[in-house]
Amino acid sequence: MQCDNIINTLAPCLVQSGWNGDLANFASIFLGVIILATFPLLVTIVLIWFERKFAARIQDRLGPNRVGPFGLLQPFADVIKLLGKEDITPAGADKLIYNIAPVMMVMSVLLIWAVVPLSPIHVGMDLEIGALYIISVASFGTLSVIFASWSSNNKYALLGAFRVVAQLISYEVPLALSLLIPVMLAGSMSLVDITQAQAGMWFIFVAPLSAILFFISSQAETGRAPFDLLEAESELVAGFNIEYSGMKFALFFAGEFMHVFTNGVLMAVLFAGGYIGFGGLENSIPLLGIVFLFLKASVFYMLSLLIRNAIPRVRIDQLMNFNWKFLVPVSIVNVVMMAFLLKVVQALGIAPTPELANDFVANIPQTLVLFAGNVVLGLLVMNTVSSRIRKERLQESANRAIVPMGAGD
Amino acid sequence: MNFGEGLTPEAFAFGLFTILTLGGALGVVTSLNLVRAAIWLMLTLFGIAGYFVLLSAPFLASVQVLVYIGAIGILFSFAVMLTRGMTNLKERFNDQWWLAGLAALTAFVLLMVGVIVPAFGNSGAPVSDQVTTTVDLGVALVSGNQYVLPFEVASLLLTAAMIGAIVIAREDD
Amino acid sequence: MEILNQWAFIGMFFLLAPILPAVPILLAAVISPKKPNAIKQATYECGVETVGDTWVQFKVQYYLYGLIFLIFDVEMVFLFPWALAYKQLDFFAFLAGLLFIFLLSDALVYAWRKKVLEWV
Repeated sequence: MQCDNIINTLAPCLVQSGWNGDLANFASIFLGVIILATFPLLVTIVLIWFERKFAARIQDRLGPNRVGPFGLLQPFADVIKLLGKEDITPAGADKLIYNIAPVMMVMSVLLIWAVVPLSPIHVGMDLEIGALYIISVASFGTLSVIFASWSSNNKYALLGAFRVVAQLISYEVPLALSLLIPVMLAGSMSLVDITQAQAGMWFIFVAPLSAILFFISSQAETGRAPFDLLEAESELVAGFNIEYSGMKFALFFAGEFMHVFTNGVLMAVLFAGGYIGFGGLENSIPLLGIVFLFLKASVFYMLSLLIRNAIPRVRIDQLMNFNWKFLVPVSIVNVVMMAFLLKVVQALGIAPTPELANDFVANIPQTLVLFAGNVVLGLLVMNTVSSRIRKERLQESANRAIVPMGAGD
Repeated sequence: MNFGEGLTPEAFAFGLFTILTLGGALGVVTSLNLVRAAIWLMLTLFGIAGYFVLLSAPFLASVQVLVYIGAIGILFSFAVMLTRGMTNLKERFNDQWWLAGLAALTAFVLLMVGVIVPAFGNSGAPVSDQVTTTVDLGVALVSGNQYVLPFEVASLLLTAAMIGAIVIAREDD
Repeated sequence: MEILNQWAFIGMFFLLAPILPAVPILLAAVISPKKPNAIKQATYECGVETVGDTWVQFKVQYYLYGLIFLIFDVEMVFLFPWALAYKQLDFFAFLAGLLFIFLLSDALVYAWRKKVLEWV
């Protein structure tokens, strides 16, 4: 029985038990969607607990530990409390858009899960254009911020939202540019093909700079520290979701946690081999593929949690400068360099042939060349930045040195 | 799923996207609140993305959502939200609206008769034989005997657009 | 049609994905108390009463960022098919892509020098 997506798995079974063919198709699509869409919501509940415990331990305190053993039931208590809160809609708010905005934000994250390959035989739907679909769907989240702020009928929400939207759209550029590299290396935009192409060598070793760029951009896209002006509660009086209370506010937050984990999953799929484990194990026991994927995603998720709890927030102008004057030029040069090195590798003849593409050893020469190129580019960039900073600092101290000469009389 | 001899799933999806597109367009032109109009516009563009999917061009559908809804829709929203007094238009700005309506209707009828009616009934064959998948599109964009010149000219056009926009929009200091 | 089957899944996802977050909201609307009064629903402004319509002063900076993002968005859209077919093509493809990227980074350098990328 063919098993590459839920339609092929479930529909023949239903047809055999006497259902009409098309109706079985429809029912299997329906069931597949329900399963795939509910799963991230369940994961989010665990994530809320994990994040609070992790942040607490870093801050040398205990975190939730009253509700259930180790505070494990804390998210449930939170959900029950939030369900009982009164729904206060501000006066003059645009009712329809006000209610749609949190739903759209969560929807934009859930839609990403439709194309993520969970194991060699389980994938929601293997879209031919998976990588581009992910970026397109992420733009719905940006729209939901605009809807939320506008319908709240509140100056401060609008002000906060414009800054947030400027941040979100700016960081989409290096995100997509660094997404070009796995597409180029795998020769396909489908996430399943990208994962399969890493059977020989994970892309994080072949293109580490792209992985770093993708990680930074995706952190900024979700509004995670150090780019968390979205939730800068001490600054813009809670920003664009200021007029939201109760369950809608909870949905915004849950959507953000889900988005961070989804980004971890995407990093794992695009750069760390997805469901590929050791020695082809996942081909014999497909469920192990899911386990491997989530292990890798958790590593990236914990990395983002660490960064969030350790690094202070950047200012909005530092944010924009960092993107347009550092990330975008670096990603453009990265794309050009990787393209050039790929052609060089092909010309030198050390690229692995299609038959040997899955062999680890055959991939090593190409990996070494590309890795060396990445390292050289990284060192160049660091050099340029540090020399610029040194020049600025020298200038600043020179300016400061002049003033005390005349003062003091 | 066959409910009758004509109602295939493709026809059903086509009808759905038609309702989305036309309904959204109707909402754009009749809405008194400009922000609502911008939102209806995004719905229309989403319907058009659906059409691209039906025409077996998923790449273009994604591009439609990414560029039109994700960039141009947001620019429209910025422009509408940052301009004062756009939420409740009450005055009529154009007194010869019936003349404009007549001209638009004439142009539409001419378009229908001249372009669509002769082509009515021809369906099924893909428009291009060479470019049928996204990979073919990629090859076609840089092949010396295909579309590499329009590819480069497009980048020149984008550069010109950006420089023009910057020249117009920035404050003169 | 295989592609319709594929996208039927995505279409169903688009229809059902809004319903799943809507369920807690509807549940909350049913369970929660409803005692609206004018003070609770007043717009929040750090405790002060709001004066005038809600509007924000037009800072052209927001619009410029959106414009530059739009140009780069379209550039990315052109680069995706190029990257897709890259491995099967010859060196000329690299040169074509290099020229394309070079012209657009030209525009970025222009924007940088004209101080358009500053957040004032």
